[in-house]
Amino acid sequence: MKRLVSMTVNGEEIELAIPPYRTLLDVLRNEGRLTGTKKGCDVGDCGACTVIMDGSPVNSCLVLGIEAEGATIETIEGQHAGPDLPHLIQEKFMDHGGAQCGFCTPGIIMMTKALLKENPNPTESEVRFAIAGNICRCTGYAKIVDAVLAAAEDLRKGRTL
Amino acid sequence: MRPFEYHEPKSLAEASALLCALGAGASIFAGGTDLLVEIKEELRSVSHVLNIKKIEGLDALSFDKAEGLSFGALVTARRIETDAAVLRHYPNLATAVSLLGSIQVRNRATVVGNICRASPSADTIPPLIADAATLSIHGPTGERSVAVEDFFTGPGRTVLKAGEIVTGVHVPPPAATSGKAYIKHGRRKAMELATVGVAVSLDRGRSGCDEIRIALGAVAATPIRARKAEALLRGRAIDPALLAEAAEAAMNESTPISNVRASAAYRRDMVGVLTRRAVGIALEARP
Ligand code: FES
Ligand code: FES
Repeated sequence: MKRLVSMTVNGEEIELAIPPYRTLLDVLRNEGRLTGTKKGCDVGDCGACTVIMDGSPVNSCLVLGIEAEGATIETIEGQHAGPDLPHLIQEKFMDHGGAQCGFCTPGIIMMTKALLKENPNPTESEVRFAIAGNICRCTGYAKIVDAVLAAAEDLRKGRTL
Repeated sequence: MRPFEYHEPKSLAEASALLCALGAGASIFAGGTDLLVEIKEELRSVSHVLNIKKIEGLDALSFDKAEGLSFGALVTARRIETDAAVLRHYPNLATAVSLLGSIQVRNRATVVGNICRASPSADTIPPLIADAATLSIHGPTGERSVAVEDFFTGPGRTVLKAGEIVTGVHVPPPAATSGKAYIKHGRRKAMELATVGVAVSLDRGRSGCDEIRIALGAVAATPIRARKAEALLRGRAIDPALLAEAAEAAMNESTPISNVRASAAYRRDMVGVLTRRAVGIALEARP
């Protein structure tokens, strides 16, 4: 039986009828038509589906859609300030070559945002610890770590997340 | 994902009655990080999911120097990992929890869920056994409490009876001269299941080691105590020769299997190495 669930996604309140056995990831991608959040493994191993739910980064493939009732969800689609105005973190990923095929990138950007909110001055090892659950098959991580550290540096210079 | 019926019991009594009424196809859902994977991969047939997150009081966490640490079934791994009192007084548990999955997983996964899944390699269990933790259990006939050490009967199996739900964990307060350690051994640093896990909790007291408990993960059908190794060290001033003897005893107490992560012989060797190291760290630790 479907249930009516309302949640705030990227600042917009939406109401959807969803069955209880549908994950938040599938709800966002199908019912919500937000396909920026990726499905890599669907079992919590890769982090491609990372979204920020009520302030905490989670694997949306391991959350039931109906659990998001009343929740605030942030996805990659809500990060840029406007057309051609990338988010600070997106900008740094471009500058540093932190994205290649780009499949892991939305998840890593959301994880980075969550990290920098909590710790605007991370060390390299803190960055690596934070993104340990985000698998990238292309970059070898070095450029991702550079991008995250560069975003942190700009934050400390007064730019905002 | 295979369809299931979904329930949100509002009380423990309701949850327990539902569990009894729905039988083997019903499963408790707290963090969901294991359950949803098991449903998706069809490792388990689940016809009813009972989300216990609407039950009040299960998300409490408290620490008191006299009472120790208590936390409910909904307390996430990440909350334990970042709690100042846990970091300070139970560094073995804090370390173990920080090594479980990713931050995204730990934001959802509960420590009680990790315990109830009863994996021999579960990271949270050895430190809780070493610290003599107990579980509170709610059931159709009332409440009972079981030592974490006595909770497991085999891989994935526990002493829980029909309709019983683990509601929380209690860990006794640390002694003034306590030392604790947990070492997880794996093939990589993160997103890994333990090949071997060793937890030590000791009280230096007057002798240098008045009391000690050593728990081993991933080297038997359930997490186990290394009682012979403990007996060798208890009440003694520990020197390298004695420690080597205890490490040897711990190796002999483990009954590991060979699987894709490591051979039995390698696991047994690592029990020796890690027991020595973990006792060393616990002896040095100053709370
Ligand atoms: S798709 Fe969710 S962690 Fe891989
Ligand atoms: S850029 Fe291809 S997976 Fe990370």
